[in-house]
Amino acid sequence: MRKTFKGRPILSGVCQGEALVSHGGFNTLASYQTALVLRTKKASCSDQNNVDLYKKVMTGKILCLPQTIGSTTGGLVLMTACSLGSQPTAMLFSNPIDSLAAAGVILADIWLEKRIIVVDELGPDFLKAVQTGETISVAEDGTVTIE
Amino acid sequence: MTGTKLKLTSEEQAILNGKGGEVLAKAMRSIVVYGEVFDADCLVDIVGDQHFVTSFGANTIKPYFAMMQELIDAGLKTKNPFTVDPRPIEYESVGVNPIVKMVFSLVFGKQADYEVQLKALGLKNDNAFTCTCYFPEVGNTPGRGDILAWSESSAVVYANSVLGARTNRNSAGIDVLCAILGKAPRFGFLTDSGRQATWKIEVKTSQKPSAQLLGSAIGLKVMEAVPYITGLDKFLGKEMNPEVEAFLKDMGAATASNGAVGLYHVENVTPEARDLGQKLLVPAYKTYVIDDAELKRVYTSYPILWKNLDATPKRIFIGCPHLNRSQLDGWIENISAALKAQGLTRTKMPVALSTPPDIADIYRKDPAVKARLDAMNVSISTICPLMYMNNPLAATDPIATNSNKLRTYSTARFYLDEEILELMVTGTVKAAASVKIGEKA
Repeated sequence: MRKTFKGRPILSGVCQGEALVSHGGFNTLASYQTALVLRTKKASCSDQNNVDLYKKVMTGKILCLPQTIGSTTGGLVLMTACSLGSQPTAMLFSNPIDSLAAAGVILADIWLEKRIIVVDELGPDFLKAVQTGETISVAEDGTVTIE
Repeated sequence: MTGTKLKLTSEEQAILNGKGGEVLAKAMRSIVVYGEVFDADCLVDIVGDQHFVTSFGANTIKPYFAMMQELIDAGLKTKNPFTVDPRPIEYESVGVNPIVKMVFSLVFGKQADYEVQLKALGLKNDNAFTCTCYFPEVGNTPGRGDILAWSESSAVVYANSVLGARTNRNSAGIDVLCAILGKAPRFGFLTDSGRQATWKIEVKTSQKPSAQLLGSAIGLKVMEAVPYITGLDKFLGKEMNPEVEAFLKDMGAATASNGAVGLYHVENVTPEARDLGQKLLVPAYKTYVIDDAELKRVYTSYPILWKNLDATPKRIFIGCPHLNRSQLDGWIENISAALKAQGLTRTKMPVALSTPPDIADIYRKDPAVKARLDAMNVSISTICPLMYMNNPLAATDPIATNSNKLRTYSTARFYLDEEILELMVTGTVKAAASVKIGEKA
């Protein structure tokens, strides 16, 4: 059964793709560290502490998460992932977006003209409802549908 | 984006409209959009020097170097001088074989070029490479209430919590743009309401807890929330001194890396908690009790990424974040005593004690101290151990550390201080030692 959630579009856009769900905080540096050092275009999560994502491919996925955590290089990591083409297609936050993720997607959007579609404030029920591998659609107004 | 309520002055609006040129307008647009996301009401002037996390010329961060060059080419500089995190490599103190060195030169191949960029933008001096810029020897020490736009999670949490300055957890990139403009959007930790605590942490351990372990437990639980910590003043006392500052530094770094804490209050210890006490707690706060069993649970939950769990460490890193003088002296004496107790003169593996260049210089320039440390197999380093572990070859070695931050971001294995000392002199740790969760007296 389709489920719909309405969030706040931070960087709006339309997309459809496969969900990748992190129930704990997404540590951007730890997750992308290996992929960036090796400059791999298909980035797999290298965060040993993230049992949901460890070793799973993040590139091109619709990353569903509560927020990002960890090093303040986090925004720079997202910006770099965008330049390499290894970023997720969209980031869907159940919580309000955090300052590190916000900086990263804004810098990529303004300085690289590369956009990760971002919606936040989808609520805790969103992360309870969505599962890795499900198809998700994101609308311009921040409506998220689990197909 | 969002409907904006962010009010700009006429001067700020003019910059946004291009009065200062296209690049400055882009910088202004970045921090305005950033502020709008968090419902900032205005931009406020930064007071004091800045600190940036980005100290490393990693080949992979080309878009960042391009942004820096755009700023430089536009003739822009930061309003005040700034410090940055530690340099990633220092072969004099952390020796490596030629193959590992070659990989370092590939991973950090832009280091020299990047340092030219940093100087062009306003780097304080050649020694301004440390994650603990707030130590008196370094001199980038903000005062209470100062408005900043710092990055480096461990420095942010220290500036907010221990010094009472006001900075959000800014990302690399946005920190530089704020410093160029001399302004930060007012939201979060820059406001009184953003500094209220939503978690009460009750420390009920039988002895002074390990700062690294306590911070980890708090960070994993509260993520980016502000914790108000009770029961710790019993162990720390109520006066600041270098030992208390070191404890708070290491605890904060663990809260920030294991979670995303940017500000904590310690009852009767940190400045705002001393003034306001439990008035800092919001009415509907949550509670987390930390006792010996909880710390043990957290400690035993850490994954170990060594290929051979019984390996003898090839190297030990102490000092992530960088050590203050009190810690440095303490480690030197403790290692010396541990060696003497075993009838040894050298540790089983090289030990690097990382500290800011301004402090390292004091020790390195004393020939007697240097000779003593060399004989013990101990080096005073200014390295960033985390950057060292970014080398894929180096990361395959069994590396041990007492830093929970380094554990979080690398394959380094975490040990408590007493265990690390045991490792240094015996090459192994008895299993029984792992149940002790207190700090070395």
